Amino acid sequence: MKKAKATNPICIRELRIMIIKHPLLGPRDSSEFVYKGDASLLDRPKWNGQKSEKKFYEYGYLRKNPAGSHRELWYHEQGDRSWLVVTRNTISHEIEKVELARDIARKKKAKAK
Amino acid sequence: MRNIRHPIVRGKKITFTFNGKRMRGFQGDTLASALIANNVKVVGRSFKYHRPRGIFSAGSEEPNALVEIGRGAYQEPNTKATTVELFDGLVANSQNYRGTVNFDLMAIIGLFSRFLGAGFYYKTFMWPKSFWEKIYEPAIRSSAGLGRLSMKPDPSRYDKGFLHCDFLIVGSGVSGLIAAEQIANSGARVLFLEEDFKTGGRLNSEDLIINQIPCSEWAEKCVTRLKKLENVRILTRTSLYGSFDHGIYGALEKKTDHLSKNQDKPRQILWKIYAKHCVLASGAVERSIVFPNNDRPGIMLSGAVRTYANRFGSSFGKTAAVFTNNDDGWKTANDLSNIGVKVVGVIDTRKNIKPPSDKYPSYTNNSIVDTFGRKGITRIKLKTGKILKIDLLAVSGGWGSNVHLTCHKGDKPRWDENLLNFAPSKDIGKQNITPVGAAKGIFALDKLIVDTQKTISKLIKDLGYKLSPTIPITSSKEKYSCAPDWYFSFGKKSAWVDLQNDVTKKDIELSFKEGFRSVEHLKRYTTLGMATDQGKTSNVLGLAIMSDLEKKHISELGTTVFRPPYVPVAIGALAGRSRGKDFKPIRLTPSHNFAQKLGAVFVEAGNWLRAQWFPKEGERTWRESVDREVLQTRRSVGICDVTTLGKIDIQGRDAAEFLNMVYANAFAKLPINKVRYGLMLREDGISYDDGTTARFSETHFVMTTTTANAVLVYRNLEFVRQCLMPDHDIHLISTTDSWAQFAVAGPNSRKLLQKVVDKPKDLSNEKFPFMACTELTICGGVSARLFRISFSGELAYEIAVPTQYGNSLFKTLLVAGKEFNAIPYGTEALGVMRIEKGHAAGNELNGQTTAQNLGMSKLISKKSDCIGNKLSERPEFNKSDIKIMMGFQPTNKSQSIEAGSHLIKMGAKPVLENDEGWLSSVAFSPILGHSIALGFIKRGDLRLGEKVLAVNPLKNKKVEVEIVSPHFIDPEGVKLRA
Repeated sequence: MKKAKATNPICIRELRIMIIKHPLLGPRDSSEFVYKGDASLLDRPKWNGQKSEKKFYEYGYLRKNPAGSHRELWYHEQGDRSWLVVTRNTISHEIEKVELARDIARKKKAKAK
Repeated sequence: MRNIRHPIVRGKKITFTFNGKRMRGFQGDTLASALIANNVKVVGRSFKYHRPRGIFSAGSEEPNALVEIGRGAYQEPNTKATTVELFDGLVANSQNYRGTVNFDLMAIIGLFSRFLGAGFYYKTFMWPKSFWEKIYEPAIRSSAGLGRLSMKPDPSRYDKGFLHCDFLIVGSGVSGLIAAEQIANSGARVLFLEEDFKTGGRLNSEDLIINQIPCSEWAEKCVTRLKKLENVRILTRTSLYGSFDHGIYGALEKKTDHLSKNQDKPRQILWKIYAKHCVLASGAVERSIVFPNNDRPGIMLSGAVRTYANRFGSSFGKTAAVFTNNDDGWKTANDLSNIGVKVVGVIDTRKNIKPPSDKYPSYTNNSIVDTFGRKGITRIKLKTGKILKIDLLAVSGGWGSNVHLTCHKGDKPRWDENLLNFAPSKDIGKQNITPVGAAKGIFALDKLIVDTQKTISKLIKDLGYKLSPTIPITSSKEKYSCAPDWYFSFGKKSAWVDLQNDVTKKDIELSFKEGFRSVEHLKRYTTLGMATDQGKTSNVLGLAIMSDLEKKHISELGTTVFRPPYVPVAIGALAGRSRGKDFKPIRLTPSHNFAQKLGAVFVEAGNWLRAQWFPKEGERTWRESVDREVLQTRRSVGICDVTTLGKIDIQGRDAAEFLNMVYANAFAKLPINKVRYGLMLREDGISYDDGTTARFSETHFVMTTTTANAVLVYRNLEFVRQCLMPDHDIHLISTTDSWAQFAVAGPNSRKLLQKVVDKPKDLSNEKFPFMACTELTICGGVSARLFRISFSGELAYEIAVPTQYGNSLFKTLLVAGKEFNAIPYGTEALGVMRIEKGHAAGNELNGQTTAQNLGMSKLISKKSDCIGNKLSERPEFNKSDIKIMMGFQPTNKSQSIEAGSHLIKMGAKPVLENDEGWLSSVAFSPILGHSIALGFIKRGDLRLGEKVLAVNPLKNKKVEVEIVSPHFIDPEGVKLRA
C-alpha cells in the first residue's frame, strides 16, 4: 500500500491561515510553517529499554488527535527553522500557548535524569 | 425608463452592448440600472425551468440577472449585472438559453415543471445504470445551468497583496462611516472597504435626511474628510469574501473591470488582511415573499426599486404596486411617487396597520394570489379578487442582517423575534468582530446612528485608544416592524423561494415529506441557497416554510453554515501570479548558462531545471545522445552538474554522535578526510534517503542527500537536533545553494582533474584513494572540495566550488578535457550508468522498501540507537521470503523491457496472487548492448540465473527475464579503485 504523501496545494494554503506567536519572532503567518502533528513525538522511547518494540510501535502509530486542546509540532521552515510546540484548540483554532520544542525537550531530559 | 431630472443624466454618456444591441447609459450606472433605464425586462433564463427572469435586486445578492461579460478569452460568465460598473464599450450577453433570450427554445421545460421536483433527475433517470454518465447527465447538464466558459486560458493578470491595520471597517454605509470617523480620530490605522464603486451604501439609495442635508450628500462629505486622513485607507470595489482565524480576512479588489482598457494593470488584487479588530458594517439584505408566480420580470425587491429610483433615476415601469409585510415597503411607494411613478396599490399583509400615507390605495390584511405577464409583469390578482394593472411590483419580505462574515468564524446567528431577523450572536465580540448598524440587526436610521456611536465609543475605550467626544448626529426618524408573513399559496401554482436555483415552495414540502428536514439536508436536497448568490434573498424564506411544516419555531431550526467566499472569486485571483511557468519557483544549476549554450535539453527535477542530455549535430533521437554520453564517459571522461543534491553542513562537538543517530549505519569512526555512504531510515523502519557524508575535521561533516529529499531531510535533521538531542552541540546549515558540484567520471578523470588542481596536490591512487576527500584550491587559488566518490562505477570524483565559480568551472573542465574528448553528460546518462552499476535511487527508495529489501540490512547498527532502528526489526520486514533488489536482463537480448512490469514465475498465471515483485528502473545499457533493469523479487539473492516473466498488462507486454546481480558492470569495484 502506498503511503499518501502530505501535499500542500497552493489553493489550500491560501485558506489554511492562522497566526502563530513564535516565542522568538513574534506573530507569524502559519503559511511559513510546516505542520507535523502530535507533540508526543518528543517522547521517543529508549531503543534498548524494556518493551521497546511495543513502545516504538505506540510512538510511531498511536498519536492523539483530539477535538479540543492539542499540543502539536510546527516547524518554522520559511523562518528560523525552529520546531515549536503549539497548543491549539482544534475546534476553535484558538492558540493557547507556543513554546520552543527544544526547551521542552531539554526540560524532559533534565527530569529524566 | 429614466427620470430626466436625476443628476446622473448630466454626467458622461456611455455606450454599451447587450445581447448584440447598442444601448446608452451614464457614468455612475451599473449594467443593471442602465438596462432598466433602457426598458430591458428579460435579462436571463432560470436555471432549471428556463423561465424568463429580470433584474431582482441592486447588489451582490442578485439571483436572476447573471450575464456573460466580455468577449473571447476575456469572457466571464455568471456576472451579476447589478454589480457591474458600466463603461464605454462594455459587452454583455444573457446566458442559459437557446435561440434568443426572449424566445428560449428550452422554455418548454417550464411546462413540465410540475413533474420536475427536487431530486427528480436522480429518481427518474436510474435505468439502465450505464446511461447516466453517457446520456442522461450530459443532456441534463447542457439544459440546466449557468453561463459558458470561454474554454481559453484566462488572459487577465491578477495580483496579491498584504495589508495590516488596527481596524478593518467593512461597508461604507451610515454605520461604517460613523465608525470610520470616530476610530480615525483616535489615531488608529483604519482600513475601510466598500464593495461598490461608490461609497455610502444604502445612503445612496434612500431619500432621507442626516444633519439637515440629503443623506447621500452627508455620506460624500464624510468620505471627503476621511480621505484627507493619513491613517485611513479606503478601498472601493473591494469585497470582503471571507473572514478567517486570528484576525485574517480575504478581500478581492476589482482594479480594471470597470475600464475599457486595462493596459498593464492587474485585473483584480486578492488582499490578505491582518486586522486587530473588525467593525462589521456590512448592512442587511432584503428578503422576498413567496407567492404564486413571484418570479416574473418586473417583480423586484422593494429596496432595490428605491436604489434604482434614488441613486440611478431609473425605474422599471410607470405603474407600480408594492407588496410588503413590513414598514419598509411604504417607503418605496413614497419614493416611487416622488419620481413620478404611479403607485396603484400598497398591499400590506398585516392586519392592524394604519397606512402611513393616503396618497395611494392601500390593501391591508391582503396578499397576492397570482401574477400575469410572461416577459414582464402586467397584472396582479389580490386575495380579495381585486386585479391591479401594473408593470412594476416591489416586494419586501423584511430585512436580514448580512451575517455571512460572522458565520465564517463559526458564529451561530441568534433569531430576533421582534424584527424577525437572524443577527450575529453576542459572542462575536470574542472573535474581535464588532457588528454595527443593520449588520447588527438595527434597521431604523435614527436608532442605528445612536447605537453605532455608543458601540464604537465603547470599543475605542475598551481597546485603549484615545477617545474624542462624540458629536451628535440628527436624522430622519424611522419606524420598522415586520410581520412573519413569509409565504402565500394558491392552488397548484408555483411559488418561488430560491429564484436562482428554481426552488419552489413545493420542493421544500417534498423535501419535508421525504424526510430531508434538517436545514443542511433541506439545502442539499433542494439546492436551496446553493447557487452563486448563496441564497442571500431566499434562505430565511425556506427556513420559515420548513419550520411551519415541522411545527417548530424558526429559531429552533437554525441556519445553514455560510462558508467563504461571500462573493465568487475567480480561480485566477486565488492563483495570482503563480500560474504557468510561475506556478513554482525555478531553480537553475550553476552551469545552466553554459549548458544552454551547448544546446542541452532540460528536465524538471523538483524545482530544478537540469540538463537531461546534450544532443550533438546529427543525433536524431535522445537515445543516440545518451548512449554516446555513457560510452564516452566510460571510455574517457564525462562531466555532470550534480549541484542539485542536497548539501548539509554539520558541525559541533557532537556532530559524529548526531550522524550515528540519523543514519542507519555508523559514522562516529569515519576518519578525517574520508567519505562514507549512508542510508537513512524513517522511524517506522522504511528506508528514506541515502547519500555520502564527508568528514573534514573532528567536528565538521558535510552531508549530501538526494535532490528530491533535500528539504525533507534537512527538516528531519532539525527535528532530531532540537527535539531528540536538545543538549548536544550540533549546528546545521543547508549549503545546497552555496556550492556548485560536478561529477567528473571516467578512466581519464584523474588526469583531467590533475590539470586544474593547484600544485602540489597529488591525486594519485596512493595519495588520494577511493572514498578520500579534501579541501584544496584549484585554478590558481579558488577554494574547492574534492571527493573521490563514484555513482557511475568508474574512477570518479566530485568537485565542489563556491556557486559563483560553477559555470566557469564547468567550462574550464570541458576545455581542459579537450585532449581526452571530455563530454558533458545529463541526468539520463547519469541514470543509465547508476543502473548499470546497481546503485539504488528514487525508484528504489520509494517509501515502500526497507534496508532488507535493498540488501543493506547488515548496514544497520546493532550496537547503538538510530532513527528507524527498532522498527526495522519488526518481523514483517525480516521474513524469509522478503523481496530483494536484483538485476534483470531479457533472455532474448534484443527485447526491451518496461519499468513497472510485475514479475511472475514462469508458467504461472499473470494474476495478483502470483505477483513476486516488480521492475523499478529500466535502461538500455550501451556498454552491454541490451536492456537491463533493477527490480525487487522474492528472495532474488537465492535465485540467480532463474528466468521469470516481466508482465506489463498496461502495455500488454510479457518478456522473459533472467535474475542477475544488480552490478552489471565491474561487480568487484576494480575500476573505481583504480
